[in-house]
Amino acid sequence: MIKTKNLEFKYNVDLDPVIKNININIKKGEFVAVLGHNGSGKSTLAKHFNAILLPSGGAVYIRGMDTRNENLLYEIRREIGMVFQNPDNQIVATIVEEDVAFALENLGVPSQEIRKTVDWALETVGMSEYKKHAPHLLSGGQKQRIAIAGILAMKPECIVLDEPTAMLDPIGRGEVINTLKRLNKSEEITIILITHNMDEAVFAHRVLVMNDGEIIKEGTPADVFSDVEGMKSVGLDVPQVTELMYELRKEGIDVPQDVLTIEQAYEVLSEVLC
Amino acid sequence: MLKDITLGQYFPGNSFIHRLDAMIKLILSAVYLVIIFLIKNFYGYGLLAAFTLFTIIISTVPLKFVLKGIKPLLWFIIFTAILNLFMTGGTVIWQFGFLKLTKEGISFAVFMMLRIVFLVLGTSLLTYTTSPIALTDGIERLLTPFGKMGLPTHELAMMMSIALRFIPTLLEETDKIMKAQMARGADFQSGNLIKRAKALIPLLVPLFISAFRRADELAIAMECRCYRGGKNRTRLNESKIGYPDIIACVFVLLFALAIISVNKAG
Repeated sequence: MIKTKNLEFKYNVDLDPVIKNININIKKGEFVAVLGHNGSGKSTLAKHFNAILLPSGGAVYIRGMDTRNENLLYEIRREIGMVFQNPDNQIVATIVEEDVAFALENLGVPSQEIRKTVDWALETVGMSEYKKHAPHLLSGGQKQRIAIAGILAMKPECIVLDEPTAMLDPIGRGEVINTLKRLNKSEEITIILITHNMDEAVFAHRVLVMNDGEIIKEGTPADVFSDVEGMKSVGLDVPQVTELMYELRKEGIDVPQDVLTIEQAYEVLSEVLC
Repeated sequence: MLKDITLGQYFPGNSFIHRLDAMIKLILSAVYLVIIFLIKNFYGYGLLAAFTLFTIIISTVPLKFVLKGIKPLLWFIIFTAILNLFMTGGTVIWQFGFLKLTKEGISFAVFMMLRIVFLVLGTSLLTYTTSPIALTDGIERLLTPFGKMGLPTHELAMMMSIALRFIPTLLEETDKIMKAQMARGADFQSGNLIKRAKALIPLLVPLFISAFRRADELAIAMECRCYRGGKNRTRLNESKIGYPDIIACVFVLLFALAIISVNKAG
């Protein structure tokens, strides 16, 4: 679905590349998390997926379409939707449903069809009852779900989210992550979640770890997070329970390393303690 | 303190006036403004008052709410009235030094006051009964003929609606910055005008920087949603001109004719 070949990007010819040697292949229906600390190039990578940025070297293919081909621009942007960090800065209209309709209006969809799709998109993110509300009166989590609905209305194959929960409180964060999990499962939409919250990456099928513009690690969350030292060496954390297991192992207690969720930890610990 | 600013003061409702097409409402408001200046005698103003009151009643917007719109202009109205009172030439009734009170002056001053009052009432009724987005949509369609002459009508309307969308966001942000600066000892309240204007710099600089950042992010988000200007764009709510609009037009036309005939009678 998304394929990159030796992708490299420089903001300026004389500068060092922000990202380099990126070779990834994301399949349809996958839930991929991209981790990395600030300045590791993860947002720059994300902007290549829908041709907001174009590669300085190598290439990005979206279902075989080269992002450098300007004639395919809108087709690519329709396939790969993108949600950003600050929900306030992505909402265009003063009424929720008008905002969700924005992309479809741009694409010239007839108005009855817009109405149907907008209702479906709001239903899918669980915001139907706020249809006529003003966005600035909603909570952060609700605004971000409106932003997701606005992208969903284009019926994209894939949604890329660039730290969508960074500005939200824990409740809003939960709302957004649950929405994403549901979209991935029931609508079979490919999700690429860029984050530095490790507890969100746990839900992914696959985790990519970036450092200094390169992908340094790739694998299932269990694989990636078991290497606690490796993660810490590039300035990243692991989920809290994984760290707890790591500390326990250091103390000589025999617990598995690939524990990612509180439920798993509960099971493991109750076995050790009893 | 910033919460007091009312812009795009929409009063939600579902009355006959609310449901009228925004473009028609704009045109009819313009006609109403012209009618105000056509009136030549007090019978006309009586008719105008009756018409305005009738429209306000069927719009279901409380009368008190509409009248509030005159308050900020009170001094302006009084000033204009006084100016007209003494500056109009004609039959002198009373004189004190260079101040001359004329018969024509009195009637002209009263006319002027009434004109401004009705002007404000009529236009505020337009903004009370039309949501900002409908209003920008109406303006866009009204300007369509000029689009063929090269006026970027869609872009203008888009700019207006984005500005309206960001007013509450930026107000909230201003409030936040103000509090942050006050927490660090900034003083926005005291001192003379120049001092207070200077105190605004630490407020305006961060506000502008953040506004530009927002604009940049919004532009990217819009591009991600396939925005490419007004070409081939459709709308969620296609506006159609229906019977209520025609009824309203006929009604206003009859009113205009009534005013003209009353003018002749006086």
